Amino acid sequence: MSAPTTPVPVASKPPTGVRIRNWIGNNLLRIYAVLAFIYLLLPVMYTFVFSFNDSGKSNLTWVGFTWNNWTNPCGAPDVCESVINSISVGLVVTLVATMLGTLIAFALVRHRFRGRTTTNLLIFLPMATPEVVLGSSLLTLFLNILVPLGFWTVVIAHIMFCISFVVVTVKARLSSLDANIEQAAMDLYASEWQAFRRITLPLVAPGIAAAALLAFSLSFDDFIITNFNSGQFTTFPKFIYVADKRGIPAQAYVIASAMFFIALAIVLIGQFASRRRKEG
Amino acid sequence: MAKADVTQAEGDLHLERLTKQFGDFVAVHDLSLVVPQGSFFALLGPSGCGKTTTLRMVAGLEDPTAGTIRIGDTEITHQKPYRRPVNTVFQNYALFPHMTIYDNVAFGLKRRGVKDVKQQVADALDLIQLSQVAQRKPAQLSGGQQQRVALARAIVNRPAVLLLDEPLGALDLKLRRQMQLELKRIQTEVGLTFIHVTHDQEEAMTMADSVAVMNNGIIEQLGPPTELYESPQTVFVANFLGQSNLFQATVKETDGEEIVLEDPDGMFRMPKKRVAAGVDTSTGRKVLVGVRPEKISIGPLAEAAAAPTDGNYVDGVIENASFLGVSTQYQVRTEGGEHIDVFAQNLDVHGLLAHGAEVRLTWRPHHGFVLAPDQDIHAGVEVGAGVSG
Repeated sequence: MSAPTTPVPVASKPPTGVRIRNWIGNNLLRIYAVLAFIYLLLPVMYTFVFSFNDSGKSNLTWVGFTWNNWTNPCGAPDVCESVINSISVGLVVTLVATMLGTLIAFALVRHRFRGRTTTNLLIFLPMATPEVVLGSSLLTLFLNILVPLGFWTVVIAHIMFCISFVVVTVKARLSSLDANIEQAAMDLYASEWQAFRRITLPLVAPGIAAAALLAFSLSFDDFIITNFNSGQFTTFPKFIYVADKRGIPAQAYVIASAMFFIALAIVLIGQFASRRRKEG
Repeated sequence: MAKADVTQAEGDLHLERLTKQFGDFVAVHDLSLVVPQGSFFALLGPSGCGKTTTLRMVAGLEDPTAGTIRIGDTEITHQKPYRRPVNTVFQNYALFPHMTIYDNVAFGLKRRGVKDVKQQVADALDLIQLSQVAQRKPAQLSGGQQQRVALARAIVNRPAVLLLDEPLGALDLKLRRQMQLELKRIQTEVGLTFIHVTHDQEEAMTMADSVAVMNNGIIEQLGPPTELYESPQTVFVANFLGQSNLFQATVKETDGEEIVLEDPDGMFRMPKKRVAAGVDTSTGRKVLVGVRPEKISIGPLAEAAAAPTDGNYVDGVIENASFLGVSTQYQVRTEGGEHIDVFAQNLDVHGLLAHGAEVRLTWRPHHGFVLAPDQDIHAGVEVGAGVSG
């Protein structure tokens, strides 16, 4: 095909006022997005920048740049112990809450039993109750039955509220699955267990994984309920709260920033993997 | 992986006195049925008639309340679905979304530990003409293609009985027609027993060798499509399959191989062999007389000669005439007050009879049928009409 030979007529320029209006109209959403991101990310950036502060005891004012906090994140007393505590609690909680929550979700979606509606409702209760109330009432319970406060009381408290989130997440995934698919598997000579392992589990797995990540981050992040039920046991959020009274060490900023980047990396890897799966 | 232990069975499928209750609701009531090996059998009925429940009991997805299911001499009534030599094509296909088409089709073969999975899957995909999409995921296929994959996934296992649960329900009309022919071709090619559940009478009649019309958990009538259509045994069948004019008449006398009936429009003759089984036709009894609209010929009363000697007739007035192209549909009000529908083929070019015209309707005695009187004359009208259009 040959190129068109007739010259394209040149459009006359609209007046300046109109052009500015058009530009704003075309870019309004972009401007809004940039402002929203600044609002969301400014505190994170602040944390990141101040993790390089050569601050000494308190990290409230900028003193000077240093790598020391990053090369020696356990430098401040008790920081790393509290992080390890939080991770240990988080792992145990994630494991138990994901397992129990997944089983509950299967029971609620796949079976009809007495009290199913009530259970569905009760599952939401820990999510709807203020944490202060949950924390204090749990503390009352532990004190009354004479359970010493520490690692295990924190774990029990966290499992309790994490289960709700796991159930809700897995249930959403499971409800979107066609129950006929399992029947089709059984129709094609798969036993109940094989149908579960080869069909249901792979299809629900993304929901379970999401629930596990959610449980871990909820547990890692929790302060209020932990504060009530931990006794002398210190998690990372509790450490920061306590440290705030004498000045938060810059190492806490390092760990917080690192957590942010690890989480970001997990999200990016997840996105990348799911895109590849869709294209493949 | 342990090989699935699948029952070997061959032969006709026998359902004997099968009943399924859900609480107080009887979905299938004392149903007995034999599906000959290698036939294309349709279970036809409106939604809620128990056809899908029957199918699910054969598949093993519902446990019968009473009765037995056999394939040949092997009883499978309470066997687990994965032990039965039965496969199902589900209404919404139920393909495994996380597996490729190849893995979907290979699923059953692998569970049974079959040797040449590759070759058999390739053959099955060939049969449905979808070899080129073997490595795709179900979501990347069109509805019609998914439907064919669901079929291949079941057929590849060479089950003794293949169950199809409204397999064409989700497809548009054109594709559905195409798939009807395709299904029939595949059935003839593989020679398996197909049991096809549908609410679409046309679909059932096009494909099946034999149709069982179900209503309220029982079989109303079973037979080849032509037999069901030409000799319905109940009002439900007469109305559900196609359309019927039905009116009450009284038996006047029996005359050799014919009975003579009377209604406000006059006298009719009917061969005895056109009377449904079990209907009492002794003199003085009431019966229902049925005639299909296309079996009636219509003509101006003025042109009609003396009363025809070889046929039944009634006179009336045209109340409504709609020209449909191939045919014209008339509604005639008879002198006796009956409303009769007539489908007249448009054989003449000048042909329309006007509204209000006086006409004579005639039909051959053996084109009508006689049914028991104690039935709702409108049974099956609405459920049938809903899908025939």
